[in-house]
Amino acid sequence: MLDKLTRLDRRWIFLAMFLAVAIPVLLQPTLPESPTPIVQDVFDAIENLPPNSVVLMSLDYDPASQPELGPMSRAMTRHCALLGHRLIFMTLWPFGGPMITQDATNIIETEFADTYVYGENYLNIGFGPGFEAAIKLIVTDLSKQFPVDARLGRPLAVFPITRGVRNLQEVDLVISVGAGYPGTKEWVQYAATPYPDIKIVGGVTGVSAPYLYPYVPGQLIGMLPAIKGAAEYEAALGKAYPRYADKQYQSALRRMGPQLSAHVLMLGLIVLGNVIFFLERRRPRTGGNR
Amino acid sequence: MKRTIPLFIAAVAGYVMVIAIFVPRLTDWREDAELWFNILAAVAFVLGGASILGMHLKRVSDRRAGWGYSLVTLGAFLTTLIVGLLKVGVPPSPDHPTVAWSGAYETEGGVFKWIFDNSILPITATMFAMLAFYVASAAFRAFRAKNLEAGLLLGTAFIILLGRSYAGTMLTGWYADAYPRLTLPGLTDIIMGVFNTAGQRAIMIGIALGVVATSLKILLGIDRSYLGGRGS
Repeated sequence: MLDKLTRLDRRWIFLAMFLAVAIPVLLQPTLPESPTPIVQDVFDAIENLPPNSVVLMSLDYDPASQPELGPMSRAMTRHCALLGHRLIFMTLWPFGGPMITQDATNIIETEFADTYVYGENYLNIGFGPGFEAAIKLIVTDLSKQFPVDARLGRPLAVFPITRGVRNLQEVDLVISVGAGYPGTKEWVQYAATPYPDIKIVGGVTGVSAPYLYPYVPGQLIGMLPAIKGAAEYEAALGKAYPRYADKQYQSALRRMGPQLSAHVLMLGLIVLGNVIFFLERRRPRTGGNR
Repeated sequence: MKRTIPLFIAAVAGYVMVIAIFVPRLTDWREDAELWFNILAAVAFVLGGASILGMHLKRVSDRRAGWGYSLVTLGAFLTTLIVGLLKVGVPPSPDHPTVAWSGAYETEGGVFKWIFDNSILPITATMFAMLAFYVASAAFRAFRAKNLEAGLLLGTAFIILLGRSYAGTMLTGWYADAYPRLTLPGLTDIIMGVFNTAGQRAIMIGIALGVVATSLKILLGIDRSYLGGRGS
């Protein structure tokens, strides 16, 4: 038995992982979540903004991280739009443009079409090349990095939404949803740290969350760590606005079932691997040359 | 001369960036230097593209092992580049309906958008999703409590994995009211907020001091390794 387990074909593990994820995806169990303080701080930061505030959302990720970060972008976009804030979308990633369309502007144009007008209430300024240099530029002058918007190619100054917003310091809140470099860390280092008046909240992947904890709650008001953070945010949004307690708006909460079973499987595999390891160590060594 | 001019440019740009922090009148200079960086970054994209082309063309012409993959890379690269640059299928911008190339290259209906939605998006998402399988296999084969340090790592991973899912609440929720910090989610918060933060801050401060020292060496012309060759 021990020998069999030692030589276990890894395809069995792959099959187990496939089932651990696929079954909950199909069954869609509902798991209750409540916001932890770090997530509640993000929710409160948006909730407590005065009406008609200007919020800049930087969606710094690509399709590889979209399943993890897309739900938080969508939830925060909905939250801002519900409160009537003006939204400016940008990205520091070359593949971020379509993420803005899928996780932000599409939501506004389907769920808030009657109240949100492009250029007045929301604006897509697109991809800003140059990594952290892009952040450093827009801190003092938005139009130097983004001379025109991404959709119509018009100068930013012609849009009513940018009146009174020359740079990042005149934005009421920055939401950085980032998968790595450049991302939330760069927003903290090049915007919030040299200019403490710039308020930033973040949403990050599970692997990058540990690097961001040191900035909370000083330079970073709060943070949504990984898909669980997004699920907690959706739970908070659903509680405050029952219209968004519906499953169709809770893609992160729907993913908590597969995440639970995958984590449990991982733990089981670690335990099994260690049991085999210790049993093998205790097994008397049979002699012979190898 | 080949070394002096780059050294001079690096020193001037570096000093401008540093001094502009303390002298607000020099902010414009700093912004100009940042714009140069953006222009250089754009040129780097072109150089990167040229490098990809050169490398894969050589592999194909030499018929090296895996040259077929290089051919696929070249085909995908050139197709995407041409389709994006020429804005194939992109409808004109509403502001300039009679001008052919006035629409944004990512507009719905364009071939570039089609490539993105039907090729780049599923491929990158699939690559990332496959990680779950390899991580599971690695967890079984490599994550062993061979010594005290590995045991501590294993214990921490257990708490975090459970605390970051509903399992933590399920297992320890029954005493959450009496001892909230001792539940698995509570312990996860302590690990992330105290131990992780302390370690990360120590590393970050160390890195920052290293960056200051290296930057000073570059500004003063002591470290010339970035010029390549036998510079340092």
